[in-house]
Amino acid sequence: MSTNASRSAARVMMAPAVILLLGWMLVPLTMTFWFSFRKFLPMRGGDLGFAGFDNYVRFLTSSSFWPAVQTTLIIVISVLVITVVLGILLAMLLDQPMWGQGIVRILVIAPFFVMPTVSALLWKNMFMDPVNGLFAHLFKAFGAEPVIWLTDAALPSIIMIVSWQWLPFATLILLTARQSLDSEQMEAAEMDGAPLLKRFWFIVLPHLGRAITVVILIQTIFILSTFAEIFVTTSGAFDTRTLTYLIFQRITDSQNIGLGSAGGVYAIILANIVALFLMRIVGKNLDA
Amino acid sequence: MGRIVLDQVNKSFDGVEVIPPLDLTIEDGEFTVFVGPSGCGKSTLLRLIAGLEDVTGGQIHIDGKDSTQLAPAKRKLAMVFQSYALYPHMSVRNNIAFPLKMAKLGRDKINSKVMAAAEVLNLTDYLERRPGLLSGGQRQRVAIGRAIVREPKAFLFDEPLSNLDAALRVEMRLEIGELHKRLATTMVYVTHDQVEAMTMADRIVVLKAGNIEQVGSPLELYSKPKNVFVAGFIGSPSMNLLEGPEAVKLGAKTIGIRPEHLSISDQEGVWSGIIGVSEHLGSDTFFHVKCDAFPEPITVRASGEVSLHYGEKVFLTPNHAHLHLFSDDGLRIA
Repeated sequence: MSTNASRSAARVMMAPAVILLLGWMLVPLTMTFWFSFRKFLPMRGGDLGFAGFDNYVRFLTSSSFWPAVQTTLIIVISVLVITVVLGILLAMLLDQPMWGQGIVRILVIAPFFVMPTVSALLWKNMFMDPVNGLFAHLFKAFGAEPVIWLTDAALPSIIMIVSWQWLPFATLILLTARQSLDSEQMEAAEMDGAPLLKRFWFIVLPHLGRAITVVILIQTIFILSTFAEIFVTTSGAFDTRTLTYLIFQRITDSQNIGLGSAGGVYAIILANIVALFLMRIVGKNLDA
Repeated sequence: MGRIVLDQVNKSFDGVEVIPPLDLTIEDGEFTVFVGPSGCGKSTLLRLIAGLEDVTGGQIHIDGKDSTQLAPAKRKLAMVFQSYALYPHMSVRNNIAFPLKMAKLGRDKINSKVMAAAEVLNLTDYLERRPGLLSGGQRQRVAIGRAIVREPKAFLFDEPLSNLDAALRVEMRLEIGELHKRLATTMVYVTHDQVEAMTMADRIVVLKAGNIEQVGSPLELYSKPKNVFVAGFIGSPSMNLLEGPEAVKLGAKTIGIRPEHLSISDQEGVWSGIIGVSEHLGSDTFFHVKCDAFPEPITVRASGEVSLHYGEKVFLTPNHAHLHLFSDDGLRIA
């Protein structure tokens, strides 16, 4: 397989893709770095020259920074907890032999195929609308006052939407992990006198451990950059401004490209720390 | 203690009968081997005894108690699986201790039992390792250790040696035999390898398509096979089963003669033939001889080195005391 000729042929053939991807990544990255050190106000004079670390300091010391970090953490952690816990339960359920298994599995996976913008619109208009939404009708059917979701419970609403989107991913990964568990191990545990819950705790859960870490890390990277769900629903109002959304607002609303770029660089560093862990774990997974 | 009685036990999967109603008694302390070709239902039978499968009909009595509807853990049997089924995320110590922890034994008691089992199985140096770092034979021993700490009424082995290489298999065979002698506990062992069955068993149960073909001690099966199937299955290399006019002359449909009960000579004999392939094992030589009287080649054993070669004409003489005769329906006549 790996003669010298085939290796250099492989290199040549892969080169266009690698160069394209590298360019796609490097050009915006360098531009972000460049802008982050400039005082760049498009509507107020344009590029006003070199700014040193001013943008970085301003981004960190701004009064919206820590609340944004807090909101981001709340969203990421809540969504992770909800998707992992429900994902494990759903995976255990879907692993049971039942009638219509194939269709049920497709239904469970379906939300993952819906674009974030579309799913946010669906939730906003179909479920959470205080007048015509399904939730409103449900509340009214029981005689309760409908909740104005995106105003009174904005953060939980967004967590709900994002969780709904990521639950299929977690379920899918955990289901395949569950299915890779050797059935003889479960039988051995059964013969060893472990009842159902203990078999889950001592055998199934440790077996799912690695899959759970992979789910957590991959989801963390993607949920950190949650944007469409917030843009479509609350536009960052009612304490739903995450770090990503703050960067967006600095650039479009405040028209301060330098400041937004500095925030972008912070986000890059944060995502890379997570990615580093992810690659280590996924790499280890592939070795085993 | 560990007497297992199967009474009219049968099993169907989706209406397909895998095991027709079957009676069998496994005496206390006996080493019983279920042997048969793959798909003969021997593993299913073991799993029925273990309780991992529900019987379709019939009853299973363990230690004089009707255990047919009992959960596997309540039957007080221990099983060693083909894949060992060790818990990969637990150390050897925790693997062996697992059934004891589930039985809610005290910490000191668990420790002393684990140490005792580790001592018996030479695992003391590996107690803190994960199963993934052990060799096949060591994993096998951990699986056995996990079984013996429970002090079960009987051990069930499901093809435990089939994942080991040949040398290790012989070694583990002796170790399991040794263990049985020391513990004197009932053992039920499933294998498709008749050599394992012959070397380890007190009693062999030969199965074919879920039916018991014959039950008996290894030598009984060897010297008095009840039918053609058992005759051909037990013994290595297998018995020559011959049909044709020569068989009819002796009043049988099929005659069976083991390779070691034929003598070969280049001078004189009853059946003449031509030597085909010969296998030289050092202690023995096996010749495959194409005889004029029979369509199939006949395997003959000669002790030591014999200077006969491919294509040479030879004569075979059966030892009539060891000739097996089978009737039209495959049953033994004499």
